[in-house]
Amino acid sequence: MRRSISLYSLTFSLPLLIWQVLFFVFPLLFLIALSFWTVRNFVMSPDFDPVNWTTMYGRAVFWQAYGTTLALAAAAAALTSILAFPAAYAIAFKLSDTARRWAIFLMVIPFFTSYLVRVYSWQIFLSDNGIINVILGWLGLGPFTMLNTVGATMVGYLTLGFPLVVLLQLFSLIFIDRTLIEAAHNLRCGRLRTVFEVVIPSARTGLVIAALFSFILSFGDFVSPVYLGGGEPTTLSILITDTTKSGQQWPRAAVVALTMIGTLMIVAFGAIKFAYRGKST
Amino acid sequence: MSGAADMNRNRAVNWALLAYIFLAYAFVFAPIAASFVFSFNSDRFPSIPLGEFTLDWYRAVATDPLVWDGARNTLVVGVVVGIISTVMGFGAAYTDYRYRFAGKQVYLALALLPPTIPVIILGLAMLAYLSRINLSGNALSVIISHVVVCAPFAMAIVRLRLSQMDPALEPAAWNLGASEWMAMRHVIVPFCAPAIFGALFITMAVSFDEFAVAWFVSGLNETLPVKVLGFLQGQVSPRINAIGTFVFILSMTLVILAQLLLSGRSAKTADKE
Repeated sequence: MRRSISLYSLTFSLPLLIWQVLFFVFPLLFLIALSFWTVRNFVMSPDFDPVNWTTMYGRAVFWQAYGTTLALAAAAAALTSILAFPAAYAIAFKLSDTARRWAIFLMVIPFFTSYLVRVYSWQIFLSDNGIINVILGWLGLGPFTMLNTVGATMVGYLTLGFPLVVLLQLFSLIFIDRTLIEAAHNLRCGRLRTVFEVVIPSARTGLVIAALFSFILSFGDFVSPVYLGGGEPTTLSILITDTTKSGQQWPRAAVVALTMIGTLMIVAFGAIKFAYRGKST
Repeated sequence: MSGAADMNRNRAVNWALLAYIFLAYAFVFAPIAASFVFSFNSDRFPSIPLGEFTLDWYRAVATDPLVWDGARNTLVVGVVVGIISTVMGFGAAYTDYRYRFAGKQVYLALALLPPTIPVIILGLAMLAYLSRINLSGNALSVIISHVVVCAPFAMAIVRLRLSQMDPALEPAAWNLGASEWMAMRHVIVPFCAPAIFGALFITMAVSFDEFAVAWFVSGLNETLPVKVLGFLQGQVSPRINAIGTFVFILSMTLVILAQLLLSGRSAKTADKE
């Protein structure tokens, strides 16, 4: 066996490591330090005072926002995964190779359009005089208030996560060993049962990672809750912008930020552990 | 793969699934199509029925020098970020594929975690940190921050491809006398080529679309998405649609050009052989 540490191995492993330590670990460590700084007369000064932590954690508003954000992100991850799976499944198994290439190409297109523009576009659909209400009006229904609701926020989260989740699910489905599925069918395993007992377990890693990405994107997003949800209920990301704006309270914003990071780390490690459970490598 | 007959074929289910694909794409493309249509529509507050055809919003955007600055910044940042992220992401993916070492968990965590940190937090941390070391407020700071976010995507894409490779392939090349570098050049890189280009496009796209971190650290060198965020925060106007459509057509042209170049080159090598 060849030596592990050589010029060759370091050439590939070190650049990203150095970059992420310098520009990812250090900024986050600095954020921790920042959370202990104090603000007097709108001026920040280095300090070691837990006052920011006790202030933020003592507020009911903070815990409400925390619960809301967690629930919304979990709902978005579940909803996106459930809605994306039939599409990914159909693209993987029901389309010809050429059609599948087109499907993948089309699903990549949203990545080349601005998320902000798409959110603005949803406002055109969902507003009180928007496209959907005009169409419903022709049918003698409505108008319904859709903009500035939790449902609209969810539409925004779907816009953000759906294409990525479909692609990740698709890539894990494409590489399932087809002989497994044929074997199941030969053993007279029904269609739906094959999906739940062969396809989904085989693709588990990709499916869980896809759901995780949806959760992460929704958890930290501040565009959908503000511009589609109308800023109500308050999420942690909105809390950060508000806290930052209110008179240089960056240390308090850092407390919210660090709490979010801690939560995400727990969720991510849990999900990855579950995704790779029982695999040798 | 096309001949794989499956016993449980059912026409109704197949049609339902195809209809579902159509619905999924309708959902994804509805906002994109609407933004395109309403960028030519005269109404200040867009809805149906449509108003008159107009190019006013494009004119308003084209005469705004700040928009042009933003476009140039976005493009430069995106290309540089895409290249750096893909190269480093490939290295990390290969490291994970090939080596076992103490602290590998930590290495992987560092390589993959940044996208799990919400951009709004990263923006705050980056601004605070980069201004401490006098790097904030310019395009370089946007590049630095974007690579942090984009490299993990590149790594994930390449790693997925490597996991499909027969693990005996590389040792086979060594046994046949190839050096590690030659095996890399002739076995690993060709096998990963689709993933490498995929990673390049995806990371560039992520950078093009990223506005929150850029908004925090860019200072006066605003990228185009930051400019759009400004429009969204101020008075809402269909100018957003015009910018969106313009950027969309530009990036799609680039993607299709790249596709054509790639397939053209592989066709040529196939001819030679």
